[in-house]
Amino acid sequence: MASCGGTCDFNCGSKEVEEETRERVGRISLAAASAAANAARCSKCGDGDAREGCNGACTACFRAYLFGKFKLAVTSNAMIAPTDNLLVAFSGGPASRVALQFIHEMQSKLVKSWDASNSQALPVFGVGVAFIDESIFSLKQSHEIEKAIENVQLIVSSISSVYKGIHIKPIENICSSDSKDGRSRLSELLDMITDNTGKEDFLQYLRMLSLQKIALENGYSKLILGSCTSAIACHVISATVKGQGYSLPADVHYVDTRWEVPVVLPLRDCLAQELSLLCHLDSLKTQQLLDRPSAGINGLVSSFVTRLREENPSRERTIVRTAEKLKPFCFNKFSANGYHDFLPSRLRPKFQNADNSDSVLSEVLCPICGSPLSEIELHNMRSTEGEARTRAEIFFTHCCQSCCFQILPNGAAAYEKFFSLLPQLMMRRVKDGMLANRSQLREEIKDYLLDDQDDDT
Amino acid sequence: MGDVEASSANPKRAQGRLCSICGEKRPALKRPKTLEEICRECFYNVFEDEIHKVIVENNLFKCGERVAIGASGGKDSTVLAYVLSELNRRHSYGLDLFLLSVDEGITGYRDDSLETVKRNEIQYGLPLKIVSYKDLYGWTMDEIVKAIGLKNNCTFCGVFRRQALDRGAALLKADKLVTGHNADDIAETVLLNILRGDIARLSRCTYITTGEDGPIPRCKPFKYTYEKEIVMYAYFKKLDYFSTECIYSPNAYRGFAREFIKDLERIRPRAILDIIRSGENFRISTFTRMPEQGTCKRCGYISSQKLCKACLLLEGLNRGLPKLGIGRTKGHNGVNKDDEQQKISHSREKGSSLQSKQCGTLDF
Repeated sequence: MASCGGTCDFNCGSKEVEEETRERVGRISLAAASAAANAARCSKCGDGDAREGCNGACTACFRAYLFGKFKLAVTSNAMIAPTDNLLVAFSGGPASRVALQFIHEMQSKLVKSWDASNSQALPVFGVGVAFIDESIFSLKQSHEIEKAIENVQLIVSSISSVYKGIHIKPIENICSSDSKDGRSRLSELLDMITDNTGKEDFLQYLRMLSLQKIALENGYSKLILGSCTSAIACHVISATVKGQGYSLPADVHYVDTRWEVPVVLPLRDCLAQELSLLCHLDSLKTQQLLDRPSAGINGLVSSFVTRLREENPSRERTIVRTAEKLKPFCFNKFSANGYHDFLPSRLRPKFQNADNSDSVLSEVLCPICGSPLSEIELHNMRSTEGEARTRAEIFFTHCCQSCCFQILPNGAAAYEKFFSLLPQLMMRRVKDGMLANRSQLREEIKDYLLDDQDDDT
Repeated sequence: MGDVEASSANPKRAQGRLCSICGEKRPALKRPKTLEEICRECFYNVFEDEIHKVIVENNLFKCGERVAIGASGGKDSTVLAYVLSELNRRHSYGLDLFLLSVDEGITGYRDDSLETVKRNEIQYGLPLKIVSYKDLYGWTMDEIVKAIGLKNNCTFCGVFRRQALDRGAALLKADKLVTGHNADDIAETVLLNILRGDIARLSRCTYITTGEDGPIPRCKPFKYTYEKEIVMYAYFKKLDYFSTECIYSPNAYRGFAREFIKDLERIRPRAILDIIRSGENFRISTFTRMPEQGTCKRCGYISSQKLCKACLLLEGLNRGLPKLGIGRTKGHNGVNKDDEQQKISHSREKGSSLQSKQCGTLDF
């Protein structure tokens, strides 16, 4: 007779059953004991020892799980083409360290199979590393900074000596090619931004600009960032708080082609904690150069998100998923003609179908932060554009509401000064478009113009 | 009094300075929204004018409409009632205003706050209608808490209140229902919907008017009004309001999100408006699946499911299954036909508890 536990009232009083029950209970407790012993085993492969914080997996499985996420992001978004020359933005932190490691692994695997293959038809992408040196904001001593930068170089060269280049550029270089001049211009520029959050965000935009500059000057075709789920979750909340709800989807997708060199985020689905853990387990060296905690709204948001994570570990993923449901912009995928040709023919239709839908739409971008302008902002821009006299004024009419509030100074004189200090690359974002437009218009009406007096362009 | 208090608390600042709007009087306060230092009269003016502007720009009301003001006796609804009746007179909106209160049956809380609403009825000369959970659902909150304990009781209260307001407004043939939700509330809802991943609600939660396709649209004239300014207005105008928290959930409003918004406001006052603006501008695809709206088979109230949430919860209560309808439900409300039949016949026999909820007489 099968045992029926203590709740059954059928025959359970008999001695025989009692014995059987006892025996069974004994078996169960034995099983429980062996399960407890097994608890230290990896829940995936059953072989290795489970590590704390790895969801019951062993180091190897945990690693494979993260690499799987990375690879899925790369392949399902056709992120890397064989002809690409990738620039990995390395900050020294765990996320970009893992990005560097994974890209390297992917590349070395491909190189191996390329060597082994007969046809050697598809080339293997190239990799370079960029590090933006922001030591001018660091409170550390100069020898410490030198050591840190040396470390960065060591980390990169330890991964592979075959890399074409490591580009270490100070952030002030974006303002002027002369380091000293750049330094004074940058600090003057930052002094004019009164809002702490604005200052921090502006630096972030300059960092992106510097990376773009390095990529452009050295012939890289894509920029890889280590932005992880946790960082994107923070960005979702802080963009909402800064009133950038409209442009938010632009920053949360795997691909962002609005920049001259497209940006891709292959670690978008990994949590910061997981990445730091991997660095720890694999003893991947990291090098934190900046010791400055984020201030203002960004700091508040990150402590809010930390609290949320403590209450529910999957909260960051939910936040990113919410933002993902918002409608992406046309630049959130690769849409250039022939881009997907390198894909196997069975995968190609998936990307090509999506391409034809709304590739005609183009967005007007804020020249400072690069976020697309909402309808209201566009309307404001068009209504004030006509009144703008100087180049600085024209530039500022193109800025989004958020930048206007937290970055731009007040008053016409300050406008001019601020504009004159801006990096050329940023300035040019508006000038090109505006001049082209005006001269185009002038061309159209030139037969009716009586004198050249109004030619103020 | 306000002048004296403000200046004594802040003697250095107020001395020698003048109101940044009129430039004549001494400033009595720092406006929470803009941090301008202004005098009391100017504060009243900007506060009321902003609400007037919101009402006009969003076409909240039409001349001759009957408007129910959801009044709980708390600061938001008290200020709303006062300001709306004032603006109605001043700008000749031509509205027929009245107060609508819900009596949840919470001893020691709602009975006291209703006394406040009754005083407001006299002070502002607005007729008052009180609808009670007991009449509508056959249960008071006290009885519900006795039956189910202090867990999930707010779910019942929230669902029941929403319907009670609509039913009360329908009984009085109101054209619109206004509630005192302020900017802080809306910003908090935007954040919570992001945290929860609820894209459908995220798209709706910043609408100033909701339920326009339903029988009684609801609107929020305080959508852009800061909570702090509402308190300030009530304080300086010495309005009579009730400020005790519900005894069943003393900390209901102190979630993470609320605290976060208060911290934000301290760093950057306009963050609240920015969150609302973000919420309004989110690019929510038209393909996003939205719940289909239908009507409850039992009571006729709007519902995306077969039974509305209130009927479902009520059924759980009456059958002694308080968990019914708590948490996520998909598709069939978790009630099968037989159960429903059985229940209806049962209630007919008893002829009591559910009858009050039968609202065939209300035209939904």
